Amino acid sequence: MIAEIGAFAAALALVLSLAQGAMGLTASHRDSRAAATAAMAQAAAALCVLAFACLIAVFVQSDFSVAVVAANSHVDKPLMYKIAGAWGNHEGSMLLWCTVSALFGAILASTRGGQSLGLWSRSVGVQGLVTAGALIYTLFMSPPFARLDPAPMMGAGLNPLLQDPALVAHPPLLYLGYVGLSVPFSLAIAALIEGKADQAWARALRPWTLAAWTFLTVGIGVGSYWAYYELGWGGWWFWDPVENASFMPWLVAAALVHSAIVTERRGSLAGWTILLAIMGFGLAILGTFLVRSGVLTSVHAFAVDPTRGIAMLALLLIAMGAGFGLYAWRAPKLAQPSGFAAVSRESMLVWNNFGLAVAAGVVLIGTLYPLIVEAAGGGLISVGPPFFNSTVAPLIGVLFLLLPLGPMLTWRVGDMRAALLRLAPAAALAVATLLGALALSGWRVAPAIGLALGVWLIAGGLIYLWVRLQRGEGRFGAKLALLPLAVWSMSLAHVGAGVLTVGAIAETAFRSERAAEMAPGDGVDFAGWRVTLLDVVGAEGPNYSANRANFRIERRGAAFPLSAERRFYPTSPMPTTEVGIRSGLDGDLYLALGDAVRDRPGAWSVRLYHNPLVHLIFIGALMMAAGGVLSLIALARRRRMKL
Amino acid sequence: MSLAALIVAAMAPAVLADPAQEARARALDAEIRCVQCENEPIAQSTADIAVDMRRLVRERIAAGDSDAEIRDYFRQRYGDFVLFRPPVDSRTWLLWAAPALLAAFGLMALFGVRRAGAKPGELTPEESER
Repeated sequence: MIAEIGAFAAALALVLSLAQGAMGLTASHRDSRAAATAAMAQAAAALCVLAFACLIAVFVQSDFSVAVVAANSHVDKPLMYKIAGAWGNHEGSMLLWCTVSALFGAILASTRGGQSLGLWSRSVGVQGLVTAGALIYTLFMSPPFARLDPAPMMGAGLNPLLQDPALVAHPPLLYLGYVGLSVPFSLAIAALIEGKADQAWARALRPWTLAAWTFLTVGIGVGSYWAYYELGWGGWWFWDPVENASFMPWLVAAALVHSAIVTERRGSLAGWTILLAIMGFGLAILGTFLVRSGVLTSVHAFAVDPTRGIAMLALLLIAMGAGFGLYAWRAPKLAQPSGFAAVSRESMLVWNNFGLAVAAGVVLIGTLYPLIVEAAGGGLISVGPPFFNSTVAPLIGVLFLLLPLGPMLTWRVGDMRAALLRLAPAAALAVATLLGALALSGWRVAPAIGLALGVWLIAGGLIYLWVRLQRGEGRFGAKLALLPLAVWSMSLAHVGAGVLTVGAIAETAFRSERAAEMAPGDGVDFAGWRVTLLDVVGAEGPNYSANRANFRIERRGAAFPLSAERRFYPTSPMPTTEVGIRSGLDGDLYLALGDAVRDRPGAWSVRLYHNPLVHLIFIGALMMAAGGVLSLIALARRRRMKL
Repeated sequence: MSLAALIVAAMAPAVLADPAQEARARALDAEIRCVQCENEPIAQSTADIAVDMRRLVRERIAAGDSDAEIRDYFRQRYGDFVLFRPPVDSRTWLLWAAPALLAAFGLMALFGVRRAGAKPGELTPEESER
């Protein structure tokens, strides 16, 4: 019964979002129709939430007569993972996509701000069509509430790798980011239809791009952290196509966050901002398609059951066709931008957008290239980390070289000499880092440059904060209190990017690893630690059994216990690793338990890693996300002051 | 892979004694794709075939092969698929040229826009504050 209520609610939501689309797009100057659009957006959102709540309910009840529950759940699973199972599969995650889209539509409908009625109601209308498109796909191509008859006695269980708190949060966060980009898309389409993208429009756009970017940042960060501790060999970024699928929208969202500032403050770059908003949503759909269609494993695997993938591609083509078509037709009508000099805040933000957009393009081509070659009959090729590291990393490097200059320049016409003078201490620190790293690492040029850039960003962000502090009056405390939130948020995000860079370079270039065969009582000296295996015991979890290795680790006279596990789930043929991590200020000691050694009874293979400064990667990502949140708070405050 | 090569690989050491050679081997491990796993280099994979492939890398290094020769060796046995760094040829030149082409395209668009753009407007006092 619950499943039928859910299916009915979703179907009703589809009808309402279609009506929301039709009403919103035709509302022009009639208040009553605009009000009806908003009411429908709210009703559609409520129905989607109801449908998704029904899906969670059937997962919690372990109702195996519902096909997705039977395929993805199990009565033995802990409650948290039963709930998370609702979005840990294709059908459920698509329903989540629809629900988030409808919810954002409702929020968009209740925050008109200073926008004209036409722009506002059309954007709500387009958002309704986005929700409707996703609902059509979900209900007809991957119905989440389909029943099985006869119902199986037991479910197949969830992939044990996914039974993890980080993986509970990762998909919803990414979807909030992906779908968050649908709102800038709707606003962009509305602006093209109206032929107007003014500063009030950009003001409405900014919080959505910021929110989407922040969600993507946290979502990618959580996924990366999960890979780090769950996959058992200490990596955190692999240029895997699935990762690239989320990295591309992130890059474009980051560009959009910056270009929207220019459009709001100066009225310039409106056309480019619109184009980015369209591309950002396109990449978000493409990301969903790449992850969900199976096309990445192989073009052939995709061809076995292409219906879902082709339907999603059709949605992508409709959205992008409408977007780019409207852009080509209407963008010339947009108001002429007010100009700016080659040295100005605007021009630095244009360079920022140039770097981020080219990087996104390179990731896109690198990710799709093997598919294109295979589809064209060129055989199987791989495009992996060596390609991306040697192309995207230098691009980001140039971007980072310019980054600290941006905030130091004023709008319209900036003074490069003054900016460089103020940044001189940061430059000196960066050069010192470069030389120090070169000398200490035995002339490894690329990592040394990377570390220097990281230090340049951190010091540059701090100097900006200092410069802004000097503008205030009174005592230090008073100046600090008066500093605008927007200044804090920008510094935090840019310093965070530097912190992340330092961690990423240190971990990638200077990690050490060692494989050892250890029997209880054996000790190994590794990276300044003395690691002793105490014993390996059997352990039972709620739905798995495990071998648990207990270690004693010692450094500078202090000893700590640390354990690592290898888990066996009856529902899965592959064991999973639970690594032992001891974090210190200098990085992580990371132990992974392998198999029992065949020709030495009682001995186990153990992999030891030292990952220097690896925590800075995740701290940096968190700082960037915190910058996004602060900026959102600053925007909300300003809005309240204006009203 | 032939049986003889497998046996040789099984006899090769898991870690080379010379640190410089071992560093070269590690770098190659990160570029060679495990043919059995989902998108993993042999450096990370725990699959048996990856263990054999890592041994094979060390065996070729010990035999005096250059990095390029070792890449070629793997490519002949497993196809282009095994190399995470795709070789430049008629199919992949566009891939390797893509960053430069995209950057050039972007620069052209940038300067096109700048020339078409209006003159710098006047700043309001509030704007020059920021």
